[in-house]
Amino acid sequence: MKCDLCNKEAVVHMTQVVNGEMREMHLCEEHAQAQGIDLESPISITDILMGLGQQEKQSVTSGLTLACPRCGMARDEFRKTGRLGCPDCYQTFMAELAVAIKAMHHSTQHTGKIPAREGVQTRIKTKIARLQKDLETAVAREEFEKAAAIRDQIKACRDESKSEGGAA
Amino acid sequence: MTLSGLLERHGGWMESGPEEGPVISSRVRLARNLRDTTFSGWASSDVRNRVWNEVVLAFDKIEHSETFLRWRMDELDELDRDLLFERHLISAELAERQEGTGVFVSEDETRAVMVNEEDHIRLQSLQPGLSLQKALDSADALDDALEQSLSYAFSSKLGYLTACPSNIGTGMRASVMLHLPGLILTEEIKPVINAVSKIGLTVRGLWGEGSEAAGHMFQISNQITLGKTETEIIGHLDQIVLEVIEHEKNARLRLMDSQELKVHDHIGRAYGVLANAVLMNSGEALDLLSAIRLGIDLGLMPDMKRHDIDQLFVRIHPAHLQKEAGEVLSSQERDVKRAQLIRGFLDGK
Repeated sequence: MKCDLCNKEAVVHMTQVVNGEMREMHLCEEHAQAQGIDLESPISITDILMGLGQQEKQSVTSGLTLACPRCGMARDEFRKTGRLGCPDCYQTFMAELAVAIKAMHHSTQHTGKIPAREGVQTRIKTKIARLQKDLETAVAREEFEKAAAIRDQIKACRDESKSEGGAA
Repeated sequence: MTLSGLLERHGGWMESGPEEGPVISSRVRLARNLRDTTFSGWASSDVRNRVWNEVVLAFDKIEHSETFLRWRMDELDELDRDLLFERHLISAELAERQEGTGVFVSEDETRAVMVNEEDHIRLQSLQPGLSLQKALDSADALDDALEQSLSYAFSSKLGYLTACPSNIGTGMRASVMLHLPGLILTEEIKPVINAVSKIGLTVRGLWGEGSEAAGHMFQISNQITLGKTETEIIGHLDQIVLEVIEHEKNARLRLMDSQELKVHDHIGRAYGVLANAVLMNSGEALDLLSAIRLGIDLGLMPDMKRHDIDQLFVRIHPAHLQKEAGEVLSSQERDVKRAQLIRGFLDGK
């Protein structure tokens, strides 16, 4: 979904209620910050995992509530329960989720199973991500021959992706 | 097959398996959600019912689907739901939820699919002994079969999308159920639990809540689900579990070396109480049966089979006792039945 004020990808989705009328707003990171929305608003893992429902930090300008455009889950609700409302919530709340996900998993990139129904591009992308991780490990261990071989594999994957019509 | 039919048999995960003794069983659970669909906890009854119907349709298309038993939670009374929970076939959370929730169970009880728990689909494979790879393979195969008809919520970056961010990525929770009486008796369990907890794994008691695990049974599982492949996750878990088993075996050896009389006394007393008690609560029963199970592992109880004790571990739970009795029992009545059941079993030996 695009930002309402420019052509960039929107990362913040809001539902605003003014005089009983509901208005939706979608903003990119820059425009969200310009509107006074704090994307870095801290959230602890405990908030998410335990759903302790701590006092909501007022990080959104008054009258605006960050809510998922698909399922309507508001940020307060998500913070209270630690559970998301629908798959799209990941996009809606990504700004605050990213920190928690990184803290929980020490990673932000899936490298495991891919559903058979996902397209070729997804498979290649995930394979490249996995190879890049292997490459980092090989370099850290100073196994340069292995690293070179992995680098070649990554290149082959990128070529394959291009020939399949992707941009990876 | 009716629910009561389950009572007359035991789950396939109680058969013989690798490292049996310290290891009871291995489980792999996969969390999946349908694409573009509100997660179960936030969804309306209509959506939850639609999810149930979609999964039923997908199930009907897989091979040998007729061999799976299926129940909707709203068709079952509380006792039946508790029975499924005590057999490790559903979670306590599923037992609590009603509209659109249900479970599919393979005939041998090694595979189960919960619908509309926290995630739309929670698919598990439970195998005897230390057999994580087997559990993964069988869960994976069922997942593939269901995916023939279902589109899952998936992102190339975050993997399988789940209601709780702690499950994203592989959506996989792998766990091993362990019996560790040696580490309890030598009082070495705490450092072992602390060490395991520090390397990204979770340890908790298998039965009940609290730090002291009833029956000296523990469950070790992975915490991280994103950024590692399924094989890497179970490989790591497998390696750590083997180390814990080694500690347990060493603890048992040391006990038999230095405190053999005390070990005999501990097991003999447990037998004495189990064989004669008239009232027994489940906590006490689990702890005493744990001593008998240890005795079997140490070769001190030649007439008994570990397998029978494992069955008792399940049958002494409240819903099992009440289903077998065919009536709702008060707490004291259950304590009487439980003591009776165990005495009857030991008499038959």
